[in-house]
Amino acid sequence: MTRERRAIHVPVIRAARFVLAHVPGLVVLGSKPRRELAREGEALRAQLRAHLRSFHDAVAYFPHQIMIGNEVPEALYEIPRPWHGQPTDNARASGAAGLIVDQDTFYAWLARADTADLVVLEDAYAARIAAGLTGVRVITRDAAGVALAVASGAEPFYDDGANKAIRVAGVVLPGDEADESLQAPVLLENLAAKVTGALALRRLLDEVAPDQAVDFLLGSGEEAVGDRYQRGGGNLAKAIGELAGVRTPGGADVKAFCAGPVHALILAGALVASGVHRRVVVVGGGSLAKLGMKFRGHLAVGYPILEDVLAGMAIDVVADDGRSPELRLDAAAVHRIGDGGAGHHMYGALAQAPLRTLGLRLSDVDRFAVELHNPDITEPAGSGDIPANNYTMLAALAARAGEITRDQMPAFVRTRGLPGFSPTQGHIPSAIPYLPHAIRGLTEGTMKRVQFIAKGSLFLGRMTGMSDGASILLERNAQLAGKGVTS
Amino acid sequence: MDLEEQGTIKRVAEGSGRDRMIVLLGTPNKSSTAMIALTLTQGDPSYAGPLAGVPLGLPIYHILELEVREAIPSDVYAREVGPLEDVLDVEGISAALKSVRAGR
Repeated sequence: MTRERRAIHVPVIRAARFVLAHVPGLVVLGSKPRRELAREGEALRAQLRAHLRSFHDAVAYFPHQIMIGNEVPEALYEIPRPWHGQPTDNARASGAAGLIVDQDTFYAWLARADTADLVVLEDAYAARIAAGLTGVRVITRDAAGVALAVASGAEPFYDDGANKAIRVAGVVLPGDEADESLQAPVLLENLAAKVTGALALRRLLDEVAPDQAVDFLLGSGEEAVGDRYQRGGGNLAKAIGELAGVRTPGGADVKAFCAGPVHALILAGALVASGVHRRVVVVGGGSLAKLGMKFRGHLAVGYPILEDVLAGMAIDVVADDGRSPELRLDAAAVHRIGDGGAGHHMYGALAQAPLRTLGLRLSDVDRFAVELHNPDITEPAGSGDIPANNYTMLAALAARAGEITRDQMPAFVRTRGLPGFSPTQGHIPSAIPYLPHAIRGLTEGTMKRVQFIAKGSLFLGRMTGMSDGASILLERNAQLAGKGVTS
Repeated sequence: MDLEEQGTIKRVAEGSGRDRMIVLLGTPNKSSTAMIALTLTQGDPSYAGPLAGVPLGLPIYHILELEVREAIPSDVYAREVGPLEDVLDVEGISAALKSVRAGR
């Protein structure tokens, strides 16, 4: 007996969860701090340490409260900058869109994530976080043993932060001393991505349809997992799923620099629409290399080091459930090889063109989510207010198309744009932090359409001079249309 | 402008094509415009690169200046530059270049 032909479904994005791991002890291992500290030594290290935040301060930081869904992005318009000077009262580390975990929790998960016996905790530190290590087979050594490992190429991770205590909490051993792809710093980066991705996935599956099997995991983080014969071999997605305790899905990774997650969402939607899979979760872990990336700028203006969190994400894509926002595959766009690379070419191809195919204008979209880098992080380092610049470009395109006048551009930016609130974790800021807020607005609120636009700097890898980009359009579910819509 | 770029431009300008060279900038704001324009006319103001103390005096324009715009077919200009006129500080950029050309 033959099986029935698979039907074409309308894909929806049902939920998104973000996890921020506050890891001040890992800031010195970010690419930029590591290089600068090697050059300048202890004085700079002491200065950097003196500017690290406590977990309490990281939780009370308003942009982080937006990431986990306790606050809305638009609230930032009313809050004076810098935002770390305006902490949230009674902030919670848990929210409707995710959670913030502290460093001890993260290190306990690092030990849990280690399947190759390469993570070693220092005795006293392991004893201190014992509660978090229940059920984990932990390898420990005394302080002298840990120091010996470091001298032999192990990568130390630190138990410090705002309490100023400087102590090695543990180390990651090299996977193979002669293999550059398995050096200890590389493995720590990859384990950090695995842990944060798994925490986000676990959170999603605990809260959203826990009984519905996941069929496929699409990884879209920034790590390169592999060995000397294939240094970017990949499929961290499956490792993330294993750590999160799921057994039903398969997985694979999608790579496109910062545009990876939006490319992955298009593919996830297509897999669901075609009936290949019923439930696909797009996952990604945080970027250790980007911790403290702009610390020089923060020190120069007397800010705390704001790049002290690793961000993980999990986004749930399923067939139409009659409620969740529809992922309009007929308005999904990618930046093609022949498209221009200037800002207006990118936005023309990724924002305007797909809307036109549906007979829509830019003004028919309630909100655009672009690269949502937090300007508190980027401006002191001279990178400007990235979302504001991108929204101005979108407004200029609307003006050129005759949808608005030039005088109306600031109002367009304010009403259809967003303030930046995402940590500068590369693929994470690329539009997706607005997903939980968009899903809420498109189901419980009054919004009808939100477009997500991501860009990626392919040229950084020296293989091309091109940029990349991808966009998706989320629309209020047709079965909800009219309900609660006032605009 | 990094030091390598300064060196490249110096080499080209000191070669045989000096009389046929003009500089066309696409810089995004008035401060970057002024900095590069100064570097390529009066010499590197930071005295860090190969053009320190080397006044090349190259003729220099910006893609958003009116004279440049008028020299380019309007359909090409609209396609390649278009909305940048609405996004960037055209007046500030033009004023910065005028100031550099006047030797201030």
